[in-house]
Amino acid sequence: MPNQELLPHLFRTEYRKIVSVLCRHFGFDQIEIAEDIASDTFLTAVETWGLNGIPPNPTAWLYHAAKNRAKNYLHRNSIYENKIVPGLQKNNSVIYLEEIDLSPQNINDSQLQMMFAICHPSISTEAQIGLSLRILCGFGIEEIAGAFLTNKETINKRLYRAKEKLWDEKIKIELPGPSEIDERLETVLKTVYLLFNEGYYSVSQNETLRKDLCLEAMRLCYMLVENKNTNKPQVNALLSLMCFHASRFEARFNKNGELILYEDQDVSLWDSDLIRKGEYFLNCSASGNTVSKYHMEAAIAYWHTQKEDTKEKWENILQLYNQLLQIEYSPIAALNRTYALSKANGKEEAIIEAEKLNLTEYRFYFTLLGELYIDIDNEKAKLSFQKALSLAKTRTDKQTIQKKIDKL
Amino acid sequence: MKEFLLIFRADYKAIPKDSPEEMQAMTKKWMDWIGSIAAQNKLFERGKRLTSDGKVLRANKTVTDGPYTEIKESIGGFSILKVESYEEAAEIAKGCPILTVGGNVEIREVSNL
Repeated sequence: MPNQELLPHLFRTEYRKIVSVLCRHFGFDQIEIAEDIASDTFLTAVETWGLNGIPPNPTAWLYHAAKNRAKNYLHRNSIYENKIVPGLQKNNSVIYLEEIDLSPQNINDSQLQMMFAICHPSISTEAQIGLSLRILCGFGIEEIAGAFLTNKETINKRLYRAKEKLWDEKIKIELPGPSEIDERLETVLKTVYLLFNEGYYSVSQNETLRKDLCLEAMRLCYMLVENKNTNKPQVNALLSLMCFHASRFEARFNKNGELILYEDQDVSLWDSDLIRKGEYFLNCSASGNTVSKYHMEAAIAYWHTQKEDTKEKWENILQLYNQLLQIEYSPIAALNRTYALSKANGKEEAIIEAEKLNLTEYRFYFTLLGELYIDIDNEKAKLSFQKALSLAKTRTDKQTIQKKIDKL
Repeated sequence: MKEFLLIFRADYKAIPKDSPEEMQAMTKKWMDWIGSIAAQNKLFERGKRLTSDGKVLRANKTVTDGPYTEIKESIGGFSILKVESYEEAAEIAKGCPILTVGGNVEIREVSNL
């Protein structure tokens, strides 16, 4: 790996591990200290490696440096707590001077526990995603701002408020007990999926960043699959779903960064390796009695990996959407269900159903209506596409819709 | 939003026994109908389908087989809608597949008192 790429890469992979381990060691209320120590370690690395060259084992160097920094901090802190604080207040803090454990096992455990702490239902999903990107994925503040199309100050404030809330709630860094795990896991999975969608549907033009978000979400989910306490059917279903979606990553955009719709994608660009992985995790998800929405979505995504339009394919997709909507309603699922209905039962029936949805604030509602009316009532198709055009926000979206109008 | 209970009734003995293909088609009709309600975000609870046999406990504490000695129709299932009015509930019920086999749908507003 060339020199200039090594540090950003190490930052991405090691920052989160150091923060998780230190934070678990110190307690969540000390997370800013943990972050400072980790950041400081990287700063020193930049300086030292710049002068002396890269050490033979950069990761070990970082761990060693972080450990020393943590020890110094704890030492100073213990002097302060024991010699100075007792004079000021009665509150006796516990002193943590035992060895900081940076073994692979402890790193994994700490990250997993950190995931549960961050994806705590007491903070907003937006804050959960922000903190996940920073602490679990090692994203820089600038990158997070880029992903959310906002500035560094906003992100800093958002992260600080989220941490403050978690301190107030006295969140512990630990895995929830067996009775609680399914419920807490739901929030974790929701955040992981949102993280993935943030990358998959992001408005950001930075393709590398978008892809990184997706890969990080998959990595976090894989960590859950690897741990026996969290290796549940719904976790496998979510991982399967993300593998299937990610398999089309290369086919979704052309060279100009314009979105290519599913029907028009070049199948040879689909990643067959990821499709196989998706199938593997889908099989793993088929145990136990619970059927989650991720099961439905993964099965829908599976059928989409079969490019050929068959009666069987669309009938299956329709029934899966019927079930998904009964588990959880969402406008996008309602629209997709109606599209599947048009493929399985015909356009006439789908038009009647689409009109019932009345999702007039959604651009996709009108694009769907437009598509359905083509060759049935081209005047109505045109009107629908024009309404879609007035709701479209990005240039690419507007171009895609304009092309449809021009064709009529 | 109010909740409305839909009760599906039919004379199940009078319905001719369908071929497996016809049964499959009927199942699909039900699934598509429920899916349609869910897609409009108007399904409160999918409810359950009931088997055709049953027992009734009378006031004198005797148990008899089924309530169907005096009435032919029996309850085949129920679902709960969340809609604004009886009119809206009735509009949705018009699509219920039970109507195609001579059955009917009773619509009752759920009292939240």
